[in-house]
Amino acid sequence: MALVAAAILLWLVFAVWPDWLIDAIGRKKTFVTTLFNGLTLAGLYFLVASGFTLIFGLMRNVNLAHGSLYLLGGYIGYEVSTRSGSWILGVVVAFVALAVIGAVLQVVVFRRMQGDDLRQTLVTIGISIIAADLMLAAWGGTTYQFTPPDALFGAVELPIISVVKASGAMVMIKYPFYRLFVLGIAIVVGVGLWILLNRTRIGMMIRAGVDDREMLAATGVNVDLVFVLVFAIGAGLAGLAGVIGGTALSIAPGEDVRYLLASLVVVIVGGMGSISGAAIGALLIGLAEQFGLAYFPTYGVVLTFLIMIVVLAVRPQGIMGK
Amino acid sequence: MKYSNLLMGASLAALMSASGVYAESLKVGAVATLEGAFAALGEDGLRGIQLALNEFDGEVAGYTIELISGSTDASPDSAVRAVRKLVEQDGAQIVIGPLSGSEGIAIRDYSKTQPEVTFLNGASAAQDTTLRETSDNFFRFSTEGAQWMAGLGEYVYTEKGYRTVAVVAEDYSFPYTQVFGFLEPFCRMGGTSPQDARFYVPLGNKDYSSVIAALPDEVDAIYVALGGADAVNFLSQYEQSGGDLPLIGGSITMDQSVLGSKGSQRDYIIGTPAAGPISDTWDDPRWQAFVTDYQETFPDGFPSPSLFAHGYYINAKAAFLALEEVSGDLSDGGAAYREVLAKLSFETPTGMVHLDERHQAVGDIFLTEVVEGPNGGLLNKTISVTPQVTQTLGLGYEEFLAYGPVSRENPVCE
Repeated sequence: MALVAAAILLWLVFAVWPDWLIDAIGRKKTFVTTLFNGLTLAGLYFLVASGFTLIFGLMRNVNLAHGSLYLLGGYIGYEVSTRSGSWILGVVVAFVALAVIGAVLQVVVFRRMQGDDLRQTLVTIGISIIAADLMLAAWGGTTYQFTPPDALFGAVELPIISVVKASGAMVMIKYPFYRLFVLGIAIVVGVGLWILLNRTRIGMMIRAGVDDREMLAATGVNVDLVFVLVFAIGAGLAGLAGVIGGTALSIAPGEDVRYLLASLVVVIVGGMGSISGAAIGALLIGLAEQFGLAYFPTYGVVLTFLIMIVVLAVRPQGIMGK
Repeated sequence: MKYSNLLMGASLAALMSASGVYAESLKVGAVATLEGAFAALGEDGLRGIQLALNEFDGEVAGYTIELISGSTDASPDSAVRAVRKLVEQDGAQIVIGPLSGSEGIAIRDYSKTQPEVTFLNGASAAQDTTLRETSDNFFRFSTEGAQWMAGLGEYVYTEKGYRTVAVVAEDYSFPYTQVFGFLEPFCRMGGTSPQDARFYVPLGNKDYSSVIAALPDEVDAIYVALGGADAVNFLSQYEQSGGDLPLIGGSITMDQSVLGSKGSQRDYIIGTPAAGPISDTWDDPRWQAFVTDYQETFPDGFPSPSLFAHGYYINAKAAFLALEEVSGDLSDGGAAYREVLAKLSFETPTGMVHLDERHQAVGDIFLTEVVEGPNGGLLNKTISVTPQVTQTLGLGYEEFLAYGPVSRENPVCE
């Protein structure tokens, strides 16, 4: 079943489309580009949502200020990269700065109200509102856009044939290189997180903490320290995504809420606390959003929430949730 | 606890007595989009009100104007929430705003429930606000989206030779109005815009790459009616994806709020034709004085005032001029004030403005083209000015209504 689906998808991507197919669902260029857009957007969503799900998985803390961390990362990255002229430095500084801010948030705010879900939720909403206004005061309402390094700018030709012209010349599909780079980063981060969680001692502690916090503490592990670490990684990833995403799209007030909502949907669909769930959820939502936008732009938004409703109805804990 | 309550009571009392000192002040509400995709636009709108207020030194007919602002996110319900707070809690008797099209329709409807309060538009420019189901106490001294397109459809048909255009626009009343205003003359002359080449995306959409991929190849140009952050995103993603079709700009797409955004400059849009209520490079002394005033007052604003600053400025100026004429007297529920407003005719940075019988402005419209400015930024150069454009575009009221309400499919234009 899965094999057949994969074969059909591969054929759709690599074959030259016959006329009846073009009549049925439009040009191949639209389909393939939308597929890639869905994948790259999924990569971006995964970067944001993986931190979100990590924090929730360990601390049972729905951090509703996660979107603000994304936006702040974007702004910090913008300041650093325009002043230093180095985009890479912007990415690194955004990650480190937000990791530090995340750790401070955990120590100063969340530690005081551990296990008190409602209070934490309300406090994070409060933080996100205050942060949004402070950022508006500091950076104004203007839209900011990064200049990616020249090496990443422009479009590349994919080894995929769009159409064969009457003369026999093959027209290849062009795709923005930066977007492929976003997808690459997301895969690297995903694999890195998987190794961290499944192959290292710290990962073992985190997984143990997800399953049973008290028992982990009883075995002599400093759970508080693990919490700080996870929060720092989660917040850092949001900051990193702010620069990566801000370069692919842009950063402006309101982005915080957008990414918070996207992460929530991704995590609800994928299953709270699961990294692989976040990947699956991001894929579903990213593809749904892009195909919706390309094939029925007006009602495309509905698709995302339709998926969420179906998942909640059939498997309320999420696809990979426990 | 008791002490803090006492303290609170005391400070409240102090506040109340303090407000007594300013008995000669008059509350004016200002509604603008200070959140979301249009935040930069709303910010500039408030700058426009400030400029008008500065001309009066903050004082009209002996009353100090106390400006209270309310923030929205461009959605109609947020606009009604903001304006309700200004009117019902703060007691504003004059409200200026909102910024976005569908917000304007919502506030016009709300204005019918508050007949004692006078509402002046900000920069919102949906057609229906002042065309159908109009309100007696809602005034729009700025022109609207279909008026803004005056001359553009004819220009791209005859001068640029475009015959078929694709459309990318946000999905609400204002872009519908702009698409109508642009396509109506364009299609009447023989141009087409097939329904499947029109893309309406939700307001605040960031990722246009799939829309760009779905754009047909066989069109001559793309008509883009997006605003603020949405427009910035579309333009840079279109460039990144290697797009090479010429663009035609909606009024707020080729506006300073987009051209003046931070980040890399989009040189490929140089030469893009557009039309709207302002033109950055117009050499008229009235406009030049306005620009200088804006630049000196707000060094951290846009390089040149956006059409939002312009719209709010004009409406605020009308509000203050009429207030001066009634000597600040609104004790009759503003009836005399509104009578003055309806007859008001005054000089703006972009020429004379007066209202029609449905309280909609008649004003001059500029046909423009994007050029590189002397300091490197992008500017809108004046090509021509269409004087005194009416909302019914020169037709009679009944005749104009026959076109039907603006929508995704109007005009059909196949």
